[in-house]
Amino acid sequence: MGQLTHLQRLEAESIHILREVAAEAEKPVMLYSVGKDSAVMLHLAKKAFYPSPPPFPLLHVDTTWKFQEMYKLREKAAQDAGMELLVYQNPEAKEKGINPFDHGSLHTDMWKTEGLKQALDTYGFDTAFGGARRDEEKSRAKERVFSFRSANHRWDPKNQRPELWNLYNSRKSAGESIRVFPISNWTELDIWQYIHLENIEIVPLYLSEKRPTITRDGMLLMVDDERFPLKDGETPEMRSIRFRTLGCYPLTGAVESEAKTLPEVIQEMLLTTTSERQGRAIDHDQAASMEKKKQEGYF
Amino acid sequence: MSDPIYQTEKLIAEDIDAYLDQHQHKSMLRFITCGSVDDGKSTLIGRLLYDSKMIFEDQLASLENDSKKVGTQGQDIDFALLVDGLAAEREQGITIDVAYRFFATEKRKYIVADTPGHEQYTRNMVTGASTADLAIILIDARKGILTQTRRHSYLAHLIGIKNIVLAVNKMDLINYDQTQFDQITADYRIFADHLGIKDFTAIPLSGLKGDNITSHSDNMPWYEGAALIDHLDAIKITDDETNSEKFRMPVQWVNRPNLDFRGFSGQIAGGSIKSGDLVRILPSGKTSKIDKIVTMDGDLSKAIAGQSVTITLQDEVDCSRGDFIVSADNPPEVADQFEATIVWMAEDAMLPGRAYAMKIGTQMVSASVQQPKYQINVNSHEHIAAKTLELNTIGVCELSTDKQIIFESYADNPSMGGFILIDRITNATVAAGMLHFALRRSQNVHWQAIDINREGHAALKNQKPKTLWFTGLSGSGKSTIANLVEKKLHALGKHTYLLDGDNVRHGLNKDLGFTDKDRIENIRRIAEVARLMTDAGLIILTAFISPFRAERQMARNLMQEGEFIEIHVNTPLEIAEARDIKGLYKKARSGELKNFTGIDSPYEEPQNAEITVDTTTMSAEEAAEHIVTHLLGQGHDNG
Repeated sequence: MGQLTHLQRLEAESIHILREVAAEAEKPVMLYSVGKDSAVMLHLAKKAFYPSPPPFPLLHVDTTWKFQEMYKLREKAAQDAGMELLVYQNPEAKEKGINPFDHGSLHTDMWKTEGLKQALDTYGFDTAFGGARRDEEKSRAKERVFSFRSANHRWDPKNQRPELWNLYNSRKSAGESIRVFPISNWTELDIWQYIHLENIEIVPLYLSEKRPTITRDGMLLMVDDERFPLKDGETPEMRSIRFRTLGCYPLTGAVESEAKTLPEVIQEMLLTTTSERQGRAIDHDQAASMEKKKQEGYF
Repeated sequence: MSDPIYQTEKLIAEDIDAYLDQHQHKSMLRFITCGSVDDGKSTLIGRLLYDSKMIFEDQLASLENDSKKVGTQGQDIDFALLVDGLAAEREQGITIDVAYRFFATEKRKYIVADTPGHEQYTRNMVTGASTADLAIILIDARKGILTQTRRHSYLAHLIGIKNIVLAVNKMDLINYDQTQFDQITADYRIFADHLGIKDFTAIPLSGLKGDNITSHSDNMPWYEGAALIDHLDAIKITDDETNSEKFRMPVQWVNRPNLDFRGFSGQIAGGSIKSGDLVRILPSGKTSKIDKIVTMDGDLSKAIAGQSVTITLQDEVDCSRGDFIVSADNPPEVADQFEATIVWMAEDAMLPGRAYAMKIGTQMVSASVQQPKYQINVNSHEHIAAKTLELNTIGVCELSTDKQIIFESYADNPSMGGFILIDRITNATVAAGMLHFALRRSQNVHWQAIDINREGHAALKNQKPKTLWFTGLSGSGKSTIANLVEKKLHALGKHTYLLDGDNVRHGLNKDLGFTDKDRIENIRRIAEVARLMTDAGLIILTAFISPFRAERQMARNLMQEGEFIEIHVNTPLEIAEARDIKGLYKKARSGELKNFTGIDSPYEEPQNAEITVDTTTMSAEEAAEHIVTHLLGQGHDNG
């Protein structure tokens, strides 16, 4: 396979994984978060099944606190792919008005972790594609491509199946489900390069522009809508910013940047010295926080 | 001195488009690092990531923090902490699973499978090695070649990794001494030769101090080879699958968006394809031509091994998941009985005879594995007798599938011969396997229709054809008894023929030795000849040890119902050995003769033999009489 470039090999591997699931799963779904990794995963799905549309729906587990531009792209991307878009919002979180300003980590627990479990149970999906990558974080380096979850969605790092060659075992008992990560072996740089090469549409927030911001707890936050409660003395200030990762806007830190094109973004990324997840408040709690969250069922 | 990392950074800063162009065209190399906890493996990987700028400042800050808290390097950075992931193992200070790491140089992108060196984790190493192009075997320069070095090398070789790097680590702790390095390299060469590893590259280095990692170390001016990264960047990955003429694509998914389009999707497992090529669909055997290679970016003129494609054919042919599209004039084999190496990966031991689900490519079948022919000691590589395979053991077994599968030997094409076994109750992946060869070829051979059939042959001789299959230990008296039986049958006017070791080994099978593979082939040919002779209407007597049930079963399966008579010449080992007419047992006991049945190779007694004769209670003459009487009495030969 030496004649293929690393991106061609990664693409072929991802397409193989997507097709295995389409062929073997009973009711698959693709978790779509509107971020750059989701964009690449969706693009790969379109390629894997062309000229058919991907034979599964997209599912967005919504927190109602995403950036407005994400909601806009979400609808368009699903339409372009010819796929059904399912949006799930945890009714309990909605009723209680759970939000990132007042509820801290409960916000992520209820909207995302609980929301995802509820959505999968509600629709009866047995296999869900996710856009996680092994290079994102230490505990993810050991995650399988096919990751098994018990009937209550727990991940047991000691009880995962060995994965040899390109042979994936997708058999499971009733109630169990599988998370499948087709872009496990892609790095952040691979993702950006592929978006650039394949001209994949991404949320404009990844590119720099003047946007209303405030700084709080050392993070640069964007005031995306009127729900942002400003503290005394805080006035939104226009800064040239972009985002390296996208989540709920009150939890996602921006970086000051002048990178208005993809090559410039890649250039900045390669020359800066802050890793990707630094922008997400969720990881800062404790050293092994991601691993703990994963065991509880967070993607 | 030009620092490659500095050069890269300069390029990024000054001409990002040029850098992206360079990165886009990089090839990929996947490698596995093997070493024990103390060999400094995590440190080496941490160093590779660190030196290729794959650590960001915030990670570095937390690394420095962690190093002081739980590190083993005092105030220095403990690179190992960078790659030891899960909380449990971080506390124990050991790696317990396969982890994948990523870094890139100017030339290549690397995926590193990091696997533990613990005794009980053969499973993890085999898993990590299955996708690797190269293996780095780590050695602590102070300790030299240890048992685990042998184990890791054996496993890497077993899984078919052709590129081996012997990384002699911790050179700083032996004062960068060339003599010790040379000694270790020489020791390893002897061992590698013994194992069949054709070539390896030894590099003296220090992961902790960074010697010979990214650039040639000033501490070892005597070393003339490349630094580790330079070696990895330069090595050519052998590319048998791509270069092969043999196109193979397992059909993964049939793409049918509307009535006008019917595409077959899959990842090419060997060879290449272009529009107009003549292909064969297996197992149906139908042929057609490639119409188009369809992608979202337009049709391709050509596709090669490793690519995931969708192809359309010029004719409407039946083809679904699990089928293969292959070169028309060079198809792979089709069979349902195999010999294979099996790595057992589950807590529950293998159950011989149990039906496991077997996934090979996109084929899913039911497979049952026989009792191992032998187990392999991964440290000494000796063959040992075993009734089953336990967690983290490796053995050579025969297995049969409930339907024919399309395959090639793992050595020829790993994508066509590698498989997993799945427990049908727990759904766990319990084993990985590598097919060696088919025990019984069942390619698409078309039978010649013959006007004079077997009934015609037999009728003329006024007898019913039969195969009398004598089995028993060496020295049990098989040949003597078979000879007497033939005489008696001849006297009764029967048309017979005795196949024995000598008349077969001197002619038909003179190309075969006494390896297991040859033994199986020996029996296979004898069984086929016996089959043809029964077709000719003869009564055949065969006298071979034929120690394995599987082969006797194979012979039985070849014959018509009721025509295979298994005769167990039952002589206890101690009696056969005491007779030792040819002096073979003596040689076997002294180790002069290997793989001798009853001594260091098992004899599997028949479970349902039609006739059993006990030579401790009857003479050869009595035994022969018993057999003939039995045949006549049972109506076996009343014609």
